[in-house]
Amino acid sequence: MEPIVDARKIYKRYYIGQPNELEILHGVDIKVYPGEFVAIVGASGSGKSTLMNILGVLDKPTEGEYFLDGVDVSNSDDSELSAIRNKKIGFVFQTYNLISRQSALKNVELPMLYAGMSGRARARRAKELMAMVGMEDRMDHNPDELSGGQKQRVAIARAMGNNPAMILADEPTGALDTKTGRLVMDIFHRLNEEHGKTIILITHSPELAEETQRILTLSDGVIIGEREGKGHAGA
Amino acid sequence: MLVLENILLALNGLRANKTRSILTMLGIIIGIASVITIMTIGNSITSSVTNQMNSMGAANITLGVQQKSSGVEEDARGMSFRRGPQRDEMRDEDYITGEMVDDLLTVMDDELDVALRSHDLGNGSITDKNNKGSVNVSGVNNDFIKNENLEMVAGRIFTGKDQKEARKVAVVSDKLISDVFKIDNEEALGKQITVVIENQYKHYTIVGVYHYDTSKEVYSFSSDRATNMYVPLLTAFHEHHTKERYRDLEITVQDTSKADDTIKEIERYLNGRYFRNNESFEVVGFSMASMIQSYTEMMGTLSIAISVIAGISLLVGGIGVMNIMLVSIQERTREIGTRKALGATNSSIRMQFIVEAIVLCIVGGLIGIVIGLIAGYVATPIIDEEATFYAPINGILMSVGFSVAVGVFFGYYPANKAAKMNPIDALRYE
Ligand SMILES: Nc1ncnc2c1ncn2[C@@H]1O[C@H](COP(=O)(O)OP(=O)(O)OP(=O)(O)O)[C@@H](O)[C@H]1O
Ligand SMILES: [Mg+2]
Repeated sequence: MEPIVDARKIYKRYYIGQPNELEILHGVDIKVYPGEFVAIVGASGSGKSTLMNILGVLDKPTEGEYFLDGVDVSNSDDSELSAIRNKKIGFVFQTYNLISRQSALKNVELPMLYAGMSGRARARRAKELMAMVGMEDRMDHNPDELSGGQKQRVAIARAMGNNPAMILADEPTGALDTKTGRLVMDIFHRLNEEHGKTIILITHSPELAEETQRILTLSDGVIIGEREGKGHAGA
Repeated sequence: MLVLENILLALNGLRANKTRSILTMLGIIIGIASVITIMTIGNSITSSVTNQMNSMGAANITLGVQQKSSGVEEDARGMSFRRGPQRDEMRDEDYITGEMVDDLLTVMDDELDVALRSHDLGNGSITDKNNKGSVNVSGVNNDFIKNENLEMVAGRIFTGKDQKEARKVAVVSDKLISDVFKIDNEEALGKQITVVIENQYKHYTIVGVYHYDTSKEVYSFSSDRATNMYVPLLTAFHEHHTKERYRDLEITVQDTSKADDTIKEIERYLNGRYFRNNESFEVVGFSMASMIQSYTEMMGTLSIAISVIAGISLLVGGIGVMNIMLVSIQERTREIGTRKALGATNSSIRMQFIVEAIVLCIVGGLIGIVIGLIAGYVATPIIDEEATFYAPINGILMSVGFSVAVGVFFGYYPANKAAKMNPIDALRYE
């Protein structure tokens, strides 16, 4: 099977050509296959988020090749990258990043709005997604009227807006208590198992990482370990 | 689709930041309000002034023979000397003659339209059986009659032959016919009437009857008001045994707005050619239109001054909008990053913020228009009691257009800055 994520020899440097030049990623290779649930773990500052942003085409590697869904995205321009983020990837952030002056439902509609979907179709799909994450009774609330766990569920519904192949979640439970984190994690499992979404999850929680199918350990910009989690089919 | 969403979003934002938005819009509100106020007052008063002047015959120039104002004159060496004694009484050579008028009309064909020639015969009375009616009799040319806008109810106005041969024919009012003769207007045609003017009996044949419009009466105390009776121009001069000549007469002009210049040219021509050696009298022109002209010029100057003020406050307002947009973009950096992560293109981000700037400006503009209209409505009757409120539609449309233009112009730079943000830098912004 073709990998959905195929990144080869990814380098990321800051302050290039300056005396304080900084290399964060030292030639990372990573492959993720459709339908996989992968966890990336590692110490703070090891470059997890940096790698994730490159995989989500929010950022560009200084060096290296990246094939997303078989397409080389190294030379894509801004508007092509926007379209990729819009259609193929759903982002979930630690800090939720909901837009504060718009209702939960309008937030969920955003990716569909940028995809050019009609207002009625947007509203219908957004309501379905809100129901899927158990937020159907909070649709007209503004983000500042929601708890952290509720916000994150809205954010997951939003990430699913255009039914992307892949969800990238950077510490989605980092700001939540264990119980709420559990709830959010269950949603990711459902997305993976019932909807077949490829999920890459960054987490500091060993227990949550253990639930996935494959765990990659990043240390100082290099992948130093790869093992199967309990979620692996064979386990 | 996206535009509509963006407009709603922008309006939401306005509501969320009321104080800040109002302060930002202040420059635009003041600019537009002052323009609309002045335009409302200007339009209302101009229409009332023009109406008043037009009803007084604004399109006409009145020429008159006048005694020269001063007997003191300067000669070529700058020495002043007193002229010989001036005559008070007009002699034959002091009048404007028919030939002079003909000459003037040919020479100034481009500027002048027609001469409304008339010669007054005075007040006369007409009697039939026990009924009596009074008339103001005047000889007129056909241009004069046309200018009166009479509504003919029977017969006709004068023919070329009536005029040239000085026939004894008359056009009278239907009021006279019904008051004195008590017959139908049609029956009156061809009827011989006798008019007594200053104890002299004059006989005319009625060839036309016009409708006397009572609503145009300025005051009417009695039912036996004198109505106008018209006879051919030369007929009237013949009654007085004079040639065609005028102490004053009206001439209509082609272009009312140039009346002032036209008057000067007429005075120069007639005085230079015909009154050069006349020590006592000269021709002087006067026109309502020249008052309108100077009034219009004054309003024009005022408009320019106001436009400059408005332009400056719009500029200041625009800079205010640009400033607040830059602040807002800074504050919402993470929002911009998030939108980009969700798939917003640079151009959709740019549009979002330009629309926001435009909405800010249009709302400011609309508030300005409303304030301006109210101020104009209140101020107009204070300045001119007779003026009726008249909303400056062009000014309103222009104001909306200007608001949009200011929004686009001053919103573009901040919006473009937002559009070009690197998504990851924007997302990491603290
Ligand atoms: N724009 C930048 N300029 C300079 N250095 C940066 C920039 N972005 C990230 N870094 C550096 O890259 C390193 C990796 O950061 P990154 O956010 O990827 O870490 P992380 O593994 O996600 O850590 P955490 O678990 O705390 O989120 C850090 O040392 C950080 O200082
Ligand atoms: Mg991180």
